[in-house]
Amino acid sequence: MMRGSIALAEGAITAGCRYYFGYPITPQNEISEHLSALLPEVGGVFMQAESEIASINMLLGAAAVGARAMTSSSGPGISLMQEGLSYMAGSELPALIVNITRLGPGLGGIAACQGDYWQATRGGGHGDYRIIVLAPNSVQEMYSLTIKAFHLADKFRNPAMILADAILGQMKEPVTLSPPEVEIPAKPWALTGAKGRNPQLIKSLFLADGEMEKHIRHMHEKYRRLEETEVLVETDLEEQMDLLLVSFGSCSRMVASAVALARSRGFRVGLVRPITLFPFPADTVRQVSRLAGKVLTVEMNTGQMWDDVRLSVYPGCQCRLLARPGGSIPTPYQILEEIEKFIKAGDSLAKSVR
Amino acid sequence: MDYYDVVFSGFGGQGILLAGDVLAHAAMLESKHVTWMPSYGVEMRGGAASCTVVISSERIGSPFAEAPCCLFCMSKPSLFKYQDKVKEGGLLIVNTSFVEASLVTRKDVTKICLPASEIAHQQVGEHKMANMVMLGMLINACKVVGMEKTEAAMEEIFSGSKKKTLPRMIRAVRCGYEWQPTADNGPIEGTLP
Repeated sequence: MMRGSIALAEGAITAGCRYYFGYPITPQNEISEHLSALLPEVGGVFMQAESEIASINMLLGAAAVGARAMTSSSGPGISLMQEGLSYMAGSELPALIVNITRLGPGLGGIAACQGDYWQATRGGGHGDYRIIVLAPNSVQEMYSLTIKAFHLADKFRNPAMILADAILGQMKEPVTLSPPEVEIPAKPWALTGAKGRNPQLIKSLFLADGEMEKHIRHMHEKYRRLEETEVLVETDLEEQMDLLLVSFGSCSRMVASAVALARSRGFRVGLVRPITLFPFPADTVRQVSRLAGKVLTVEMNTGQMWDDVRLSVYPGCQCRLLARPGGSIPTPYQILEEIEKFIKAGDSLAKSVR
Repeated sequence: MDYYDVVFSGFGGQGILLAGDVLAHAAMLESKHVTWMPSYGVEMRGGAASCTVVISSERIGSPFAEAPCCLFCMSKPSLFKYQDKVKEGGLLIVNTSFVEASLVTRKDVTKICLPASEIAHQQVGEHKMANMVMLGMLINACKVVGMEKTEAAMEEIFSGSKKKTLPRMIRAVRCGYEWQPTADNGPIEGTLP
């Protein structure tokens, strides 16, 4: 049994992460606290920086020399990091950024919320880029997806983010740990000192004619490859379905309970849970929505993933949204009520924010 | 599907989260699916503290309890907050050292009112172990985990520097497990220090 935040920290150590830079903020301090104890034991470095801006730039430096490194923060801190994150994406530097979100804009409360979906999946900072975004929904996944995030970051030379919230950070569940990794893939591009080889340069701006377009297209090609090969999605479907639910992260736990309740009352419903938010499981949503005809998205915000769902559904599907922003959590019975209403009424595209 | 959820509630410092942790850990050792979800204020002591433990034979969706099977209650505010939420026919366990039994107004649940702090003080010499006495009572009453796995869970939780408290903690749980409620459910003799 361990807390999600602790599992995430353990996952980082298992993945061979040896450098952490961060600045305290609730509700993710357990990650830093645990890593401050674990990292020195494995010969790593734990650095409490003077600010989030310093943290992300230290992370950039560590990534540039080829280290497995990470930072973690929450809403306001992640906003401060966006400039550095944009630089890292533009410079193609792999690292893990963890966002245990806050709720609302501005200072933000510490209760669970999914209001950072757009910021995470649209890049977040300036420029034409994406980051890899993984959304765990259990303590086990806080562990295993952290390991996965380091793999994907290195494989695609791109920053990766774990997007979770206070529910996943604070909750305890049983976890199965895997053996530690010792092999980290070779990074011939890393800045390791030019002894015995030509000097290398890592940068995000290319001034020669057409170079910048080439660079952006190369990055875009990478994102296309991510979409083709690295989508992770969990589905719980029936052969015949009258309604499909789509939900991610902690919210999908309440939806899973609602699905069980709905089935026990004879409703034929399915659930698609995107695990990678970027790349988004658009193909799965399209194929399954075709079978169901009606798609209900449930989110703990005012409807952000709903954009991606509507872009992905099979043409002609009816889409509805159950949204609980501001730290409210939809209860399984509230979701059940919405399922029942949608299946029975079947009206057109309508937003329902409760 | 076997499904059992418990809300542990009281003040910060009473060991509310710890009592939930022991039950959750024991359930894991019983090979059940389990979640433990805490909720507490910014204060180290004195604020409201609660946690929800869900135990199931199948994968658990929501880690919250809308209508818990059982309420473990160690303070008046938490009794007022959660009493009406307990499922009909559910179980309500109240520490009468802190909460008058007369405040428990639900008629459609099984009520167990025990002066856990006095029991802990008299039997174990430590009134602060009331949470473990209450837990023992809960384990006996709800029959979701066994005493053997509970003790095994405690051995894992109270390790290292906490190991010296383990024997008394286990004794406190056993006292609660074996305690026979009296007819009037009032405080037993003896006073708190």
